[in-house]
Amino acid sequence: MLLALWASCVLAQDPVLERRVTSLSHELRCLVCQNQTLADSNAPLAIDLRNQIREQLAAGKSERDVVDFMVARYGDFVLYRPPLKGSTILLWAGPFAFVVVGFTLLVRVVRRRRIAAPQLSDAERSRAAKLLE
Amino acid sequence: MKRALWTLGIFVALVALLAVGLRLDPREVPSPLIGKPAPPFELPLLTEPDKRFSQKDMLGKVWIMNVWASWCPPCLVEHPVVTRIAQSGLAPVVGLNYKDARDDALPWLKRNGNPYQLIVFDANGRIGIDYGVYGVPETYVIDRKGVIRYKHIGPLNADVVKQKVEPLVQQLNSGG
Repeated sequence: MLLALWASCVLAQDPVLERRVTSLSHELRCLVCQNQTLADSNAPLAIDLRNQIREQLAAGKSERDVVDFMVARYGDFVLYRPPLKGSTILLWAGPFAFVVVGFTLLVRVVRRRRIAAPQLSDAERSRAAKLLE
Repeated sequence: MKRALWTLGIFVALVALLAVGLRLDPREVPSPLIGKPAPPFELPLLTEPDKRFSQKDMLGKVWIMNVWASWCPPCLVEHPVVTRIAQSGLAPVVGLNYKDARDDALPWLKRNGNPYQLIVFDANGRIGIDYGVYGVPETYVIDRKGVIRYKHIGPLNADVVKQKVEPLVQQLNSGG
């Protein structure tokens, strides 16, 4: 226990490592408070997982390895940026689809309005001009 | 008229979508561990620190692993359910005492009863991480080959046991 504490103090003194730990923990979700990243959360599990990231990076593993480690245990949900694949295509393409559909509807409505604008006959037009004088 | 129908249709679809969304439990994250071998561990027992237990010791048996801690109120809520499973002889129930202290866990068992066949002591929660534990209590059903077949997050209740755990264990035991 003391050894672990001492070890984390020593490790914490390496600013490059700390920066890597922090940037990686911004990419991973805390599963206890699901709308926070591991970096933002102070849940005990988030602290454990941050230590886990630090240990693994210090042991020479790459960011990719650590992400794979987390995904193998907690699933894709642990990634703050979901991967692009079949089951998430709606998530990624949905907003663009909404924009396209919305824009198409807008264009159609505007066009219809323009056509529906009242067409005046010449007689009506001259009457209107007289009234305005 | 046509437009009103369209609007109504979109409205109903939206309500249906939101209704489904509200019923989903965001805490139920599908575990990637289902269908995978139970992560290996070798841990001391809670009750006898000099004895050790490994998931390998259960090969050939269908068993249930229940992750609990004395600091976790929902664990107390599900304790009667876990006790009932163990007493029914459905399957051996192994406890994984997660991030707890012996001085807290042992009196807790004394107060509430110890239904477990044995309890391993995961003091720093490292094995919990391997099992993807994030909301104690959690319960795993592991088959004869040591493969995780089911995971329940949060307190077990009689419905879950009857509808999921019991049928699955029986099916696994009859060679499924």
